[in-house]
Amino acid sequence: MKRTTEKIAEQFETFQILDEEGKIVNEEAMPELSDDELKELMTRMVYTRILDQRSIALNRQGRLGFYAPTAGQEASQLGSQYALEQDDFILPGYRDVPQLIWHGLPLYKAFLFSRGHYIGNQMPEGVNALSPQIIIGAQYVQTAGVALGMQKRNKKSVAITYTGDGGTSQGDFYEGMNFAGAFNSPAIFVVQNNQFAISTPVEKQTAADTLAQKAVAAGIEGIQVDGMDVLAVYVATKEARERAVNGEGPTLIEALTYRYGPHTMAGDDPTRYRSEDLDNEWERKDPLVRFRKFLEEKGIWSEDQENEVIEKAKEEIKNAVKEADNTPKQKVTDLIGNMYETLPSHLEEQMEEYKAKESK
Amino acid sequence: MAQMTMIQAITDALRTELKNDENVLVFGEDVGQNGGVFRATEGLQAEFGEDRVFDTPLAESGIGGLAIGLSTQGFRPVPEIQFFGFVYEVMDSISGQMARMRYRSGNTMHAPVTIRSPFGGGVHTPEMHADSLEGLMAQQPGLKVVIPSNPYDAKGLLISSIRDNDPVIFLEHMKLYRSFRDEVPEEAYEVELGKAKVAREGNDVTLIAYGAMVQASVKAAEELEKDGVSAEVVDLRTISPLDIDTIVESVKKTGRVVVVQEAQRQAGIASQIVAEIQERAILHLEAPVLRVAAPDTVYAFTQAEEVWLPNHNDIVEKVNDVINF
Repeated sequence: MKRTTEKIAEQFETFQILDEEGKIVNEEAMPELSDDELKELMTRMVYTRILDQRSIALNRQGRLGFYAPTAGQEASQLGSQYALEQDDFILPGYRDVPQLIWHGLPLYKAFLFSRGHYIGNQMPEGVNALSPQIIIGAQYVQTAGVALGMQKRNKKSVAITYTGDGGTSQGDFYEGMNFAGAFNSPAIFVVQNNQFAISTPVEKQTAADTLAQKAVAAGIEGIQVDGMDVLAVYVATKEARERAVNGEGPTLIEALTYRYGPHTMAGDDPTRYRSEDLDNEWERKDPLVRFRKFLEEKGIWSEDQENEVIEKAKEEIKNAVKEADNTPKQKVTDLIGNMYETLPSHLEEQMEEYKAKESK
Repeated sequence: MAQMTMIQAITDALRTELKNDENVLVFGEDVGQNGGVFRATEGLQAEFGEDRVFDTPLAESGIGGLAIGLSTQGFRPVPEIQFFGFVYEVMDSISGQMARMRYRSGNTMHAPVTIRSPFGGGVHTPEMHADSLEGLMAQQPGLKVVIPSNPYDAKGLLISSIRDNDPVIFLEHMKLYRSFRDEVPEEAYEVELGKAKVAREGNDVTLIAYGAMVQASVKAAEELEKDGVSAEVVDLRTISPLDIDTIVESVKKTGRVVVVQEAQRQAGIASQIVAEIQERAILHLEAPVLRVAAPDTVYAFTQAEEVWLPNHNDIVEKVNDVINF
C-alpha cells in the first residue's frame, strides 16, 4: 500500500526566476515584459514600500487607524496584481490594500478605510473589487461566486483572492476552492505564506509540507512560487489567469514570503514569536533588493530613478492624507441610510433621532 | 385560480420569477434534478436549464459565499439552505457578509439574495432540522426576515423577497408545506414585505403570531368565541422589519395582548413586540402583555415534541389570564 503523503511535496518545487542576487535562474520562464514594464513593476514596489513606511509613521502619530504592514510582501502582492486586467475582480484580505491601490482605489480612500470611514470602502466606477475582508477565509467562498458569475456572463476575466498561511486552515478556504473546481470557474486563489498567522508558525497550521498541495484535494492546479521574486509571482499569476479565461479552471498559488513588520499596528510585537536570525534570513531575500540588482544589471535602473519614485510617493501620500483629512466627517445618519434600499419605519425613527443629535 | 399547497405556491413563485428575470438563479443542495428534498424546486431545472437552476457541493458556507459573489455580477440569487438548523454553517456569509454588503460598501453595492429554508416543529425530524432560529436573523441589521403562514402569502411574499434589493431570509414552516390548500392566483403578484395582516378580526384580545402559530392562534380564537371572547389574530408575515403600526392599532382596539411564538421564550421576537407595545401603547393596556413560547431548552427530541411545542390550548390559557387580570 502506498502512503498518500509520499512524494507530494516533490510536485510542488518552488518556482523561481530571479535568485536572491537578481540572477536569472530560469531563463525559459522569463516573461516577455518590456523595459518600461519591468521598471513599472519596480516603481510600484518602491512606491508601496514607502507607502508602508509612511503608513506606520502616520499610525504612530495617531493619524491613521487600523493598519496591517506590507513590507516584505511587495512581490507577492504587486507581481500578482500586475498580471491582472482591469475587468478582473479582486477580493482582498486586510493586508492587501496595495493591490487595490494599483487596481484603481485612490490613495486617500485607502487612508479612509484605515481610519474607519465608509468612503474608504466605496470603489470608484470600473474598479472591480470588494473592500478588504476582515473575516479570514470569507473572501474565498465569495470568490467562487464572483468567478461563477463571470462564467455565466461569458466574461473573459477572473476573480482573484488573497489570504495568508493561517487562512488555509479555515473551512472556507477549502469550500471556495472546491466550489470553483466543481464549477470549473475562472478563479485564482493566492496564499501569501508569510510564515506566521499573527504568532503561530505555519508548521503549527498544518501537517502538509506545502500549502500549494491543498489544491490537490480540490482537484485544481496548485503551484508554489518564490513570493520574494516578483517575476515568478507575475508569471505564475499570468499563467493561472490564461488557464482560467480559457476554461481550464481555477489555480491555487502559494507565494513564500515574509512580513517584516508586526501583524498590525495595534500592539503586536513580533519579537515574542520570531527570532532576529529568521528576520535576517528573509530580509536577505528582499524582493526590492533582488529586482533592483536585476534591473541595474540590465542598465535600466539607477539610484536617481529610485529617488524620483520615492519623492513622488512621498508627495502623493502627503496630498492623499490631506484629502482624507478634508473628507467630511462620517455621520451616524450616513450609516443608517446605508442599511437598506428603503428605510423601514424603525430606522426612519432612528434617523430622525440622530439627525436631531447631529444638528446640535 | 388554482388550489395550491404552500409548497406548490412556493414552486410557483420561483417559476414566476425565473421567467420574469433572467438574473434569478436557484441553487443549493439537491435542488436540481431531484427538485429539492421537499420538491420545492420540482421541475424547475428541466424548465429553465442547469445554468439557472443547479446543484452545489454540500457546504452551506460555500452556498452563502456563492450567492454573495454572484450578486457582484448582477445576479439575483435564490439559494436554498436544506434545513434552517444548518444555518450555523453559513452564519458568517449571512450576518457577517451579505447583510453588510450595502452598509460596508457605502451604498455602492448590494446583495439581492433570498435565502429560502425549511424550519419548524411537529414533523418528527432528527436534531438540527426543526429549530426556530428566526430570532438570530432578526437581530442582524441589514436582513429582512419573512415567514409566511399560508399558500397565498407564501407566493406573494416570495416574489416580493426575490424582487427586493436587500437580502431576505425566507423561512418555510415544514408543517405548513402540505397541511392545507388555498386559492392562489396563477399570475405574478406581490405581498408587501414588512406588512402584517389581520388574519381574524376581534375586539377583546389581540393574538400576535407568525408561521405555524397563526393557525394555532386562529384555532384558539375559534374556541374562545364559544366562551364569548372575541379574539383578533395578527399575522406578522415579516418579523424583520416589524409592522409596528398594525400591532399598535390592534392593541389600541382590544387593550389585551398575547404574543405567540414557536421559538423558545428567551430573547425572541415576542420579547421585541412586548417592548414595542409597552413603549408605544401602555396607556391602552388593560392587562400585562403575556407570551406563549416554547421552554428554554434546546429544541425537543421528537418524542417530547408535541408537549414542547406551543399549541392552541396554551394560547387559550394565556388569553384567559389576560381577560381575567
